[in-house]
Amino acid sequence: MIFLSNLVNGLSLGSIYAIIALGYTMVYGIAKMLNFAHGDVIMVGAYIAFCALQYWGMPPILALLAAMGLCTVLGITIEGLAYRPLRQATSLAVLITAIGMSYLLQNLAQLIWGANPKSFPPVMIQLPTLSLFGDRLKISGVTIVTILANIVIMILLTAFISRTKMGKAMRCVSEDRGAAELMGINVNRTISFTFAVGSALAAVAGILLCSAYPILMPTTGSMPGIKAFTAAVFGGIGSIPGAMIGGILLGVIEILGKAYISTELGDAIVFAVLIIVLLFRPTGLLGKPIREKV
Amino acid sequence: MSMLEINDIHVFYGAIHAIKGVSFEVKEHEIVTLIGANGAGKSTILNTIAGLLRPRSGQVLFEGKSLNGIPANKMVGLGMALCPEGRRIFQQMSVRENLEMGGYSRPAAEMAGSVEDAFKRFPRLKEREKQIAGTLSGGEQQMLAMARALMSKPKLMMLDEPSMGLAPILVEQIFDIIRELHQAGTTILLVEQNAQMALSVADRAYVLETGKISMSGEAKALLQDDNVRKAYLGS
Ligand SMILES: Nc1ncnc2c1ncn2[C@@H]1O[C@H](COP(=O)(O)OP(=O)(O)OP(=O)(O)O)[C@@H](O)[C@H]1O
Ligand SMILES: [Mg+2]
Repeated sequence: MIFLSNLVNGLSLGSIYAIIALGYTMVYGIAKMLNFAHGDVIMVGAYIAFCALQYWGMPPILALLAAMGLCTVLGITIEGLAYRPLRQATSLAVLITAIGMSYLLQNLAQLIWGANPKSFPPVMIQLPTLSLFGDRLKISGVTIVTILANIVIMILLTAFISRTKMGKAMRCVSEDRGAAELMGINVNRTISFTFAVGSALAAVAGILLCSAYPILMPTTGSMPGIKAFTAAVFGGIGSIPGAMIGGILLGVIEILGKAYISTELGDAIVFAVLIIVLLFRPTGLLGKPIREKV
Repeated sequence: MSMLEINDIHVFYGAIHAIKGVSFEVKEHEIVTLIGANGAGKSTILNTIAGLLRPRSGQVLFEGKSLNGIPANKMVGLGMALCPEGRRIFQQMSVRENLEMGGYSRPAAEMAGSVEDAFKRFPRLKEREKQIAGTLSGGEQQMLAMARALMSKPKLMMLDEPSMGLAPILVEQIFDIIRELHQAGTTILLVEQNAQMALSVADRAYVLETGKISMSGEAKALLQDDNVRKAYLGS
């Protein structure tokens, strides 16, 4: 029973990683860059939700929408100001800019909200807890919402990418930017849209994360950001189902590793698994091997 | 009337001066071919017309209007399509999706009809409608690349080495399609390594040598020209 409970907690943490990993993987797939500031957008989303709940007296659903909306604007702004001018630059220049952007967001957050940790309002603690097996397995409302949110996001996103015009444009840009332009696709707008979606998801992840672990600081997004990036690589960067599977596996491995092997080594175990997987499958679990036909 | 006019363009890749002052024109309803050895700059010229590359100086006029500063993704809306070198179909999308992307710039209501038209012209693609494009044979991929470019109903169709790597029978087929398109009123700018075939289908031709036009004229005349025969027809 304790095992099951750990497993559920792993699924929940993994769902948060998966939602963050989607942002990394979509931006990587379409803009061909690692947006290291993505983790910090999570933190900004959580702060916005915090303000909306604590100071502006918004109901939780409006707080969520406000966080998503403002993070969308933030994502588009970051892309337009920092990354778009570097479209022709080397990937190293872009990477360094992204790292700089990450610190900029953390420092701005510190300036606006201070360095002291804030405790995130317990909006979701009030959700009912699910009791199974005659109360021997309790699943909290936050956990259920997190897992469900992940499932809904995956279904919507997959449908969006495979069916809508913008979704198809994203796939084209991801495969061949020049050919996409020949079709009439506006590459800049497509990339901007990808950042918008990734950042809105980051806001959702930020709120879920702070509902489960209610301490909010300017560095709150860094570690989950790095873990989610690992999850994206683990699943195969650029692949949406890969981000899902990578995120969930990572969360489960982390929680089970902490429970049964060593609390201190939990993170080390996560990265060890990543290294082993990459040794055998350099493109990740679902990453496509690079194939070309002449 | 001149559909496409290239005025003294210079194109660079960093410090490499790939196109050194090229001028030519394509009139409405013509088939014009650009021939030349590997690395002469043929693809560079087509990519510049399509907006994927920018000339450092000189201009490209399409139906009398300058294309300077117009982004590549707007070109297809003006009525030109490029079927690029190496096909560049979307490998991970299905055949039908590739065609739909070709019609990206057209009204959604026309899509189903245009896809059906494409299947009529290329029945092989119809049989493979749902197949992932990356798994098509080389010839089928070339058909798909042409069909995709045609989905935008271009006035000017630019083809970059459509016969590359294909068996003789398929090359014949590709050239038949080019003739059909021409008869249906499409203006064609064709880049080919296969100079024999290109010159026999074209009205006029330009010969490109290391970034400059070295010769031009009626395709039939060039086909008989001794220098051209020696350099490009292997006889
Ligand atoms: N991306 C690039 N970067 C640098 N140089 C390039 C690039 N693309 C082409 N070149 C150079 O520009 C010149 C013209 O190339 P281009 O591809 O236009 O030739 P081409 O006539 O199409 O040749 P082919 O028949 O082999 O396709 C060549 O010398 C080539 O090396
Ligand atoms: Mg070429």
